[in-house]
Amino acid sequence: MKKYILSVLVKNNSGVLARVSSLFGRRGYNIDSLTVSATTDPKISRMSIVVTGDAPILEQIIKQVSKLEEVLWIEHLQEHDSYCRELVFVKLLAETGDVRDAIRQLSELYGARIVESTGSAIIVELTEVPSRIDAFLDVVSNFEVLEMCRSGVTAILK
Amino acid sequence: MLKNGSEILVDVLVEQGVDTIFGYPGGSVLNIYDALYKNSDRIRHILTAHEQGASHAADGYARATGKVGVCLATSGPGATNLVTGIATAYMDSIPMVAITGNVGTSLIGRDSFQEVYIAGITMPITKHNFVVRHVDELADTIRDAFRIASSGRPGPVLVDLPKDITAAMGEYVPKPLPEAKEINEVQEEQLQHVAALIAASKRPIIYYGGGVALADAGDDLLALMKKADIPATHTMMAIGAVPGEEPLELGLVGMHGKVSAAWAIDRCDLLLSIGARFSDRVATNTGRFAPDAKIVHVDIDAAEINKNVGTDYSIVCDADHFLKAVLPYVREMKHDAWRTQIGEWKKKLDYVPKDDDSVLKPHQVIELAAEMGGEDAIFVTDVGQHQLWAAQYCGRNRIHQFITSGGLGTMGFGYGAAMGAQVARPEKTVLHITGDGSFHMNLNELVTSVSYNLPVITLIMNNRVLGMVRQWQTMFYEKRYSATDPERQTDYVKLAEAFGARGFRVENLAELRAALTAALDRTGPVVIDCRIDKDERVLPMIPAGGTVDDIVSG
Repeated sequence: MKKYILSVLVKNNSGVLARVSSLFGRRGYNIDSLTVSATTDPKISRMSIVVTGDAPILEQIIKQVSKLEEVLWIEHLQEHDSYCRELVFVKLLAETGDVRDAIRQLSELYGARIVESTGSAIIVELTEVPSRIDAFLDVVSNFEVLEMCRSGVTAILK
Repeated sequence: MLKNGSEILVDVLVEQGVDTIFGYPGGSVLNIYDALYKNSDRIRHILTAHEQGASHAADGYARATGKVGVCLATSGPGATNLVTGIATAYMDSIPMVAITGNVGTSLIGRDSFQEVYIAGITMPITKHNFVVRHVDELADTIRDAFRIASSGRPGPVLVDLPKDITAAMGEYVPKPLPEAKEINEVQEEQLQHVAALIAASKRPIIYYGGGVALADAGDDLLALMKKADIPATHTMMAIGAVPGEEPLELGLVGMHGKVSAAWAIDRCDLLLSIGARFSDRVATNTGRFAPDAKIVHVDIDAAEINKNVGTDYSIVCDADHFLKAVLPYVREMKHDAWRTQIGEWKKKLDYVPKDDDSVLKPHQVIELAAEMGGEDAIFVTDVGQHQLWAAQYCGRNRIHQFITSGGLGTMGFGYGAAMGAQVARPEKTVLHITGDGSFHMNLNELVTSVSYNLPVITLIMNNRVLGMVRQWQTMFYEKRYSATDPERQTDYVKLAEAFGARGFRVENLAELRAALTAALDRTGPVVIDCRIDKDERVLPMIPAGGTVDDIVSG
């Protein structure tokens, strides 16, 4: 099983998100993340969908999604031909100076930004490719993670 | 000219060639029914007993004509009652437009009386659906609905109309119907490739399905079969596309298909699939379906390619266009040894039921109905054992003559669909083949046939049990007959008479002949209770997941 990133342009009609997600539900495809965002054309929205599956499942997903009336374009984005980014916030328990220093060093190493440091907690933000975010989360799990929030992937063709 | 939304709806329906709709009124569609009242000379409205009957009738109308069937229901329960009929049409790729009323725009989302989000409910069972939010969008939305329902791979489309839209005033501007449907481009090298695969094959088989019937491509298919000497077998959705007496036509394939056809697929070296989708009722074991063959898949829907069975070569195209295009590239061939081999399998392996005129044998019931109904009669079935017996023995030689719920397997489909077919084809005999289980699901629609004097002839293959499920219990559950013997005491003759129809009870072939003779005067609906033995089975049978090695023939 692999993760694939799909970029989909859809008509910006009410119910279009339900239509796409209902198709995934009905056909038994797994969505890892799904984001919907505006494009330069207010009538068109972009969905970035990360799915888990194998090559035949990917082929079926692309064909089935293409059949939806409100889907205008779908593309399987690969790392070499596209940029993809995800944003994560992590809230960590940091009651001592030692822990704060360790978190600061780690954040620097990963290019993460400390957006808030109050009382006993630190909130760190990182925008990166999903695999780097996975790695970062892996490392910060050595601290006490109070909360974590990922945005889901957004991506664009080169 | 300014008109209200309901009048615009009627105008666009007429513009789209609609002359008949099936429906049931209610609060949210009062304006639409008022417009229908004023336009009854342009559109005939058939009032059913239940909205489900209206949806199946629209479906049956579409299957009997190839035109788009239209049904209409009010909001809430009216709309949800259409759901089974819409799903049935979706699974069999039947062009249908379902129109539902909804509560007024200002009441939507407030759990108003008879409010339901039917667009959300029907998303996975429609090709597309619409909620009309402004009267100015109404006409084009209805046009889009018809275009989507009938183009490409056909299917149902739902249009939800809030009540205020049906009352709001708007401008109706007539538009001409769009030009002929789009045609998929097939490349010359694709056609050459298929022709080369056929030329290289010693044991080719064509496996065709509903796509050939929907595209009315039976004649072109037969031309290909004859030119390259390729035997062909078909799914239940393609009954009638190629006449059964054609020597190269092997008959039905699948769970209850011909043993010889199953063997031919098992041993072929080239499987050319046209307009079929390798469903689990045909490719019972996808890993061992045509195991030695190169598989070529031609389908109008790209998503069907490699969905259930991996293919070696594929062309996305409608059956009619593909067959016309490929024929000039195909060489004349002879496959004498292969044909002889299949002929031997037919003689040796095919199941032959035993006749017995003193009782009612299922195959004899169907064969007598087919003989007396004549070659123009339309068979409409429900779902269960009777459906398979009808599929096996109805002997239909043209499309639009065998109407059945193949994909969804909807018990209760038959009566509504038979009414739709009879309304569409008033001059033709419509034989509704059902079982006592299926008939009980929607027998209320008998009242509709009485109201409109539709001479639908219902043959209940009455074994007093839920036969198909019971057959599986016999074969795979050591005869633990859980919930398949309801011990119903229905008197179908009295039932028919109570509704204002005629009823007969028959227990042998002579009585059936007499009852059919009376029914075929076609003066009104008839119900014939055909008493068959409860242990009759549909044979042969490849159990689910099985292969040719697992065929049960006795």
